[in-house]
Amino acid sequence: MKKISPRTLQTAIIVLVAVGVVVLALGGYFQTASSWFGGLIVDSQTWISNRYLAMVDFLTFPRDLASLRQRNAELEAEVARLQTQIIELEQQVTETEILSALVDFARANPENTYKAATVIGRDPSPFLNYVIINIGANDGILPGMPVVTQQGLVGQVDAVVGEAARVIMINDPASAVNVRLQKANTEAMLVGSLTGDLSLDMISQDAIIEPGDVILTSGLGGGYPPNILVGQVVSVRKLDYELFQQASVQPVVNFSQVQFVLVITNFKPVDIKPLLPTR
Amino acid sequence: MAILLSVPVLGITLVLQTAIAGRIHLLSGTFDLILLVLAAWALQEQVKAAWVWAVLGGLMVGIVSGLPWYVSLFGYLVVVGVGRLLTRRVWQAPLLAMFSITFMGSLIMGTLSLMILRFFGDPLPMGESYSLVILPSILLNLLASIPVFWIVRDMARRLYPAAVEA
Repeated sequence: MKKISPRTLQTAIIVLVAVGVVVLALGGYFQTASSWFGGLIVDSQTWISNRYLAMVDFLTFPRDLASLRQRNAELEAEVARLQTQIIELEQQVTETEILSALVDFARANPENTYKAATVIGRDPSPFLNYVIINIGANDGILPGMPVVTQQGLVGQVDAVVGEAARVIMINDPASAVNVRLQKANTEAMLVGSLTGDLSLDMISQDAIIEPGDVILTSGLGGGYPPNILVGQVVSVRKLDYELFQQASVQPVVNFSQVQFVLVITNFKPVDIKPLLPTR
Repeated sequence: MAILLSVPVLGITLVLQTAIAGRIHLLSGTFDLILLVLAAWALQEQVKAAWVWAVLGGLMVGIVSGLPWYVSLFGYLVVVGVGRLLTRRVWQAPLLAMFSITFMGSLIMGTLSLMILRFFGDPLPMGESYSLVILPSILLNLLASIPVFWIVRDMARRLYPAAVEA
């Protein structure tokens, strides 16, 4: 009998084992083992894949940070631009509202003709409550023309140059306006002061005035047209030994915030000084 | 050159005064930027056109303001005169001189304005005028005097570089 070589025997055993494994696998006997093995492979690959991706993220992070910073800067610039735009639009809305109110006022008082103006400055002297407006002689503005807002009386044109005019406000210490107390139907004189506060003087002792009474221009003296709203009485000072009553006044116009005004151009002030008695 | 420069510098200062500084109040007092610029200019030793600046500044303010034109003209000439006096004879400490001239100049301008307005019949009470207008204005001017002084000194040094080197 021919002796079988060890190498041939080894090969035969390997083939038999392989065939046996294939037969067992085809027969479904390796299901559990293959599942376990497959799961191990998948888990291993997932772990390796995750670690790889994490490493890639880590290595590319600085480049993303730079781009993020650039993007952030761009967005911040965009926000700043939009905020500036919002402020400009809010300013335009405010101006439009004021101008709209001025137009409404002009429509409600058709007996007068108006020219709108912007307040561009204030008198350099702190003793004077004057404002400078951006229309002047070239626009037909003359000294003495009354100046109003949609709220009420502001003052009177004091001096004019070609493109600008100076307006003395009624709260200037040198200002005196003849007014009428609507409810009491009595005349008085409205005077300004150093602090810009308004007060009423020359009120007859017989007149019954109360806080809240409305004050209008009377038209006396020819300096202002009648019936322009000035303010309200805040408090009254009545002393028996004085010739006249006095009252403090809350003006309807906020003189420190005046931005736009209307100049009444069809009113011609009357200079009554020549008619005043000299003695 | 310095005289030519006075027109834009004082013009811009006057615009800033009427448009911005005049709206900033402490009680009833306000800044006087023209006074500060003229005072700081007068304190620069190398400057030779200070009197012209005073005349120009006084006339500019006189045109814009409701005050009689000669009030600002005379007042600013006095301020510049005091400034030149301090520069030449009294102190070499510029900031101290600036404070002094600002205080005196504001007081002189306020008092002069008050007297003239009262002379023409404005019912301005003396006590309130000082406590509500003149003294707050002095304080505001003193606060603004340092930055104005530095700006004007820098301008003078650029305009007169040779004098600085000497």
